[in-house]
Amino acid sequence: NEQLAIPQLRQSSYRHETPPTNPSRRCLHLGYFGGKRLHKISWSAPKPSPLTRSAPMAKLAIFFTLTLSLLPFLSHSFSPDTPTDRRILVLLDDFSLKSSHSIFFTSLKSRGFDLDFKLADDPKLSLQRYGQYLYDGLILFAPSVERFGGALDVAAVLDFVDSGHDLIVAADTTASDLIKSVATECGVDFDEDPSAMVIDHQGYAVSDVDGDHTLIAADELIRSDVILGKTKIEAPVLFKGIAHSLNAANTLALKVLSGSPSAYSANPSAKLSSPPSLTGSAISLVSVVQARNNARIMISGSLDLFSNRYMKSSVQKAGSPSKYEKSGNEQFVTEVSKWLFHERGHLKAGNLRHLKVGETGEPAMYRIKDDLEFYVDIFEWSGNSWEPYVADDVQVQFYMMSPYVLKTLSTDKKGLYHTSFKVPDVYGVFQFKVEYQKLGYTSLSLSKQIPVRPFRHNEYERFIPTAFPYYGASFTTMAGFFIFSVVYLYNK
Amino acid sequence: MASPESAVNGPTMTAGAASKSLRNAFGGVIAFIILVLIGVLAFSIRLFSVIKYESVIHEFDPYFNYRVTQFLSKNGIYDFWNWFDDRTWYPLGRVIGGTVYPGLTLTAGTIWKVVNSLNIPLSVETVCVFTAPIFSAFASWAAYLLTKEVKGPGAGLTAAALLAMVPSYISRSVAGSYDNEAVAIFALVFTFYLYIKTLNTGSLFYATLNALAYFYMVCSWGGYTFIINLIPMHVLLCIVTGRYSSRLYIAYAPLVVLGTLLASLVPVVGFNAVLTSEHFASFLVFIIIHVVALAYYIKGILSPKMFKVAVTLVVSVGLAVCCAVIAILIAVVASSPTKGWSGRSLTLLDPTYASKYIPIIASVSEHQPPTWPSYFMDINVLAFLVPAGIIACFMPLTDSSSFVILYIVTSVYFSGVMVRLMLVLAPAACILSGIALSEAFNVLTRSIKFQLPGIAGNPSIAVRMWRIMSTSKENGSSTVVAPNDIPKTEEAAKEKPAKKNRKKEKENVEKKPTPSKTEKRLLVLPLEASVIAVLLLVLLGAFYVVHCVWAAAEAYSAPSIVLTSHSNDGGLHVFDDFREAYSWLSHNTDVDDKVASWWDYGYQTTAMANRTVLVDNNTWNNTHIATVGTAMSSPEKQAWEIFHSLDVKYVLVVFGGVVGYPSDDINKFLWMVRIGGGVFPHIKEPDYLRDGQYRIDAQATPTMLNCLMYKLSYFRFVETDGKGFDRVRRTEIGKKHFKLTHFEEVFTTHHWMVRIYKLKPQRNRIRGKTKKSKSSRSVSSKRDVRGKRNPWH
Repeated sequence: NEQLAIPQLRQSSYRHETPPTNPSRRCLHLGYFGGKRLHKISWSAPKPSPLTRSAPMAKLAIFFTLTLSLLPFLSHSFSPDTPTDRRILVLLDDFSLKSSHSIFFTSLKSRGFDLDFKLADDPKLSLQRYGQYLYDGLILFAPSVERFGGALDVAAVLDFVDSGHDLIVAADTTASDLIKSVATECGVDFDEDPSAMVIDHQGYAVSDVDGDHTLIAADELIRSDVILGKTKIEAPVLFKGIAHSLNAANTLALKVLSGSPSAYSANPSAKLSSPPSLTGSAISLVSVVQARNNARIMISGSLDLFSNRYMKSSVQKAGSPSKYEKSGNEQFVTEVSKWLFHERGHLKAGNLRHLKVGETGEPAMYRIKDDLEFYVDIFEWSGNSWEPYVADDVQVQFYMMSPYVLKTLSTDKKGLYHTSFKVPDVYGVFQFKVEYQKLGYTSLSLSKQIPVRPFRHNEYERFIPTAFPYYGASFTTMAGFFIFSVVYLYNK
Repeated sequence: MASPESAVNGPTMTAGAASKSLRNAFGGVIAFIILVLIGVLAFSIRLFSVIKYESVIHEFDPYFNYRVTQFLSKNGIYDFWNWFDDRTWYPLGRVIGGTVYPGLTLTAGTIWKVVNSLNIPLSVETVCVFTAPIFSAFASWAAYLLTKEVKGPGAGLTAAALLAMVPSYISRSVAGSYDNEAVAIFALVFTFYLYIKTLNTGSLFYATLNALAYFYMVCSWGGYTFIINLIPMHVLLCIVTGRYSSRLYIAYAPLVVLGTLLASLVPVVGFNAVLTSEHFASFLVFIIIHVVALAYYIKGILSPKMFKVAVTLVVSVGLAVCCAVIAILIAVVASSPTKGWSGRSLTLLDPTYASKYIPIIASVSEHQPPTWPSYFMDINVLAFLVPAGIIACFMPLTDSSSFVILYIVTSVYFSGVMVRLMLVLAPAACILSGIALSEAFNVLTRSIKFQLPGIAGNPSIAVRMWRIMSTSKENGSSTVVAPNDIPKTEEAAKEKPAKKNRKKEKENVEKKPTPSKTEKRLLVLPLEASVIAVLLLVLLGAFYVVHCVWAAAEAYSAPSIVLTSHSNDGGLHVFDDFREAYSWLSHNTDVDDKVASWWDYGYQTTAMANRTVLVDNNTWNNTHIATVGTAMSSPEKQAWEIFHSLDVKYVLVVFGGVVGYPSDDINKFLWMVRIGGGVFPHIKEPDYLRDGQYRIDAQATPTMLNCLMYKLSYFRFVETDGKGFDRVRRTEIGKKHFKLTHFEEVFTTHHWMVRIYKLKPQRNRIRGKTKKSKSSRSVSSKRDVRGKRNPWH
């Protein structure tokens, strides 16, 4: 990992040419390649590791080298090291949404995001210029758009996600094929029936004026503090829109808000002739997807969910005595957007290092039965700084085709995880592997290859007590042979 | 080379006449010069590969040996001994120091060190390239010594000349063929020479040297088991035919004890030297020879009557003990699944064993049984001379000539089992042909000389031929078994010092022929017949030389990493695709990247590209090879999963369909299926065959057309000629237009002989289920957009 220094410098000229889109937010990055969240790369200071040195001088030196290696990244606003998004493009069907959903937008702005509102069919629409993405996040509040303007299309949106950027898609009863295909590519299948809506004859909101029970007071939320914040969302979330489902095999997508067991997806104005295809808790109302590169996607079946009207209205779920002054929408949307734009639940791990007990410096190879110590640093992004991540379920594997050692790491609550173990009595090319996948958190996957050799010829025990009979036997045989020879040759 | 002189000078001591001694000294000098020339011939005939191609290491295994030698010269012997190589057999690694026969490496390493300490700056590669030719010169000299011990210097020189250029040996020892066999054949012949020498002299000095030579052989090649089985067989033969003597004991007992001790010092052999069945014969004979020695001793001190009583007693007790020991041995051996024999040895005993049970051994081309033409190709006229040599060895039958007969018989059998062991046959064939030719010339020239006026009656000619005459006469009366056997009276006198013994022998030998001199004229052939026969023999030899030179120049000098072809207008076209691919790998991939390929290319990839491989030519782990075979025979997705689980980044396939290179991966593919199916039963060979036929055209089975090997070989193949005509299989391929989903092509060499693919990373997102038709459209549109997005168009 030390070799990264050179590619960084090579990139520097390139980086400086790109226009700093947000000069006010220039900040120092601990740096690796911007744009992509490469978690496999350790972000440690050069060797020797800070663990082994404690003097302030060393720290100063490390700071200095860090600063030097970070220079190329000064002008880039989004990077793995400040993972929170900054510039967000909002695509709208028409600009009236800007005021009708202003609470949501204002809350984003107040948290420091730059919102760029554009019509979805704006002919000058573009996500990138000169190969650089202009935005860190994309909000698609344009459910009915059939074709994006400019250079934008489904593939461009997906490329945007695949290069590590975040996406919010809100659909509606008017959802176009375009929006649905974006969702499908992300692993979310909207109901194929274009006129279907989610209907719940038991979980509807009392304030539903139409009487067809399509305004739902949903309270089946995912139980995850990371995604929904620590304060519990008490009030139900008002939802009116279309249903979608997730492939059970899709490990990346999560139902954040799912339908109640009595919900189903059908056309509310037509008579139900055949059983609805989507029913009960298979229905997802709002889903989030965390792609393998940790880009986050939120897909909602209802655009109104984000609207001021729903946020402000009072809510009472049918059959429930408790009536809330304010629906849970604002809290729900705010919390999910915090997670979505990496203000929460974003981990980084690195500085994976190991050493033989009693030695300093990382060996290039271990011997079987060596005792070793293993360290890794894990930090969590709190929205504006990296805080130590504290958990008791981080594990390290000593892996060769299958884990030979699986140890839970203990933490010093300052971000440093540590364990020590004995190398198994098997030689081969092993890997230290930290695979950490926890609901809502970015998945961590670090590995470091390390060969393990057998004993050298002179590392075996030299004289073992059980072999003394053999030593005795061989020496007596030699002596006996010598005596025999002497007697035989000179006894005449 | 002092031995020929002394050997030729030997008889002069008793001969007396000054002119005769001068003539013999002259003969010694000539013999010496001839031997030097034979060495030069052996060396230079193997240089065709360097002259025609370049000074480069050949084939597959030599690359590994070369890499090991480089490591040795860089890190020293202790690091070599303890070398754990993490670049092969990922992720298992390989303990090189403990699994390699170090003889060749240490030899070349020593040569390199000596040469460099003399300030001759040769590279390790140069030393490795020329090790084999140097040692073939040594092997010729060793053949001279061995044959001289058996039938005198004339036969020795002929055998050495034949061995210097026998094609079978050339095939394994051209310059650049840096393999174990290169030094092992020398070690083999030299060990046999020392055994015969000890047998003839009864000297402990030679016995010790013999054990050391055996040690060198054990260091060099797994074929040492041939020695440790052949020599006991010969000892047993001698005992059974009543030829037991103290010289036999001295030749054998120290070899077993010292040899086994030394052999177990070689890490790769270790306890195998006493544990595996290959070595049991030697211990059994070791016991027998002691029993026999004891019997002879007792016979010497007891009266005949008492001896008879003792014999019945001992035989009955001995039989009981033997039965018990054999029962225990059988029980121990039977408890192991392979009956204590390694797979390769079982192949030797039962030629059908490998094809039945071990595809990994059967799949190696050099483990196949040879065809009849390969005998003619590899030993040429020697095949016809060998029977004559065997006859010559029977008159008279001595200890040493019986050994040579045993050697040829066993090696003919082994060569019939495995084409590789033709190499063991070659020295035996040369020795016997040398004997045959020399005897024939002896008889013919003698006939001519006796009938030419003015030469007849020359006593010097007689010196050469007394042996046949005297011994054949004496054999008839069967009082003395062989001319160099010590008479019983001497044995009884217990003459201990070997030198004295030898002198006595010689005196004894020289004394005998004189009375029979007069009778030799009886065996004279007609002059005309002799002259014609001599001419024919010379012609035969000339044909042999022509054939050998042709074989060395054309058949066996190709280094196989560089291929050439002649175009119609006589031009030479060079295919250097392998090195192109390996250098691409070494320049464009990360140092720790893993490259998966069939095991044939493992050694070359680690040596030339310096990348980690999963399997290589040291086929020690069948399961691991089967895993790669399974991946190659699986559909893309499963293959990707297998490779991904092994951290593979690149997959390398060798494809000859464009230029017609027949030993490509498609032709080896059935072995991958068999080996893979042997461990993972879901791979079934019949799935890849249409009506028992292996084909890749439109009739091929869907399994075949969808397996990874087919796809990686024929991806974009149709773009070469528009039809997809495979020039090796001589047919149009079955599936021409297809896309790869889990692999992407990263490099294809100039002649498409090596194709390198990269595993695609896992998809960033998992698609939803619905609207499959739509998504495929969107994928294609994605491609189009990508094409358009280039700002310069």
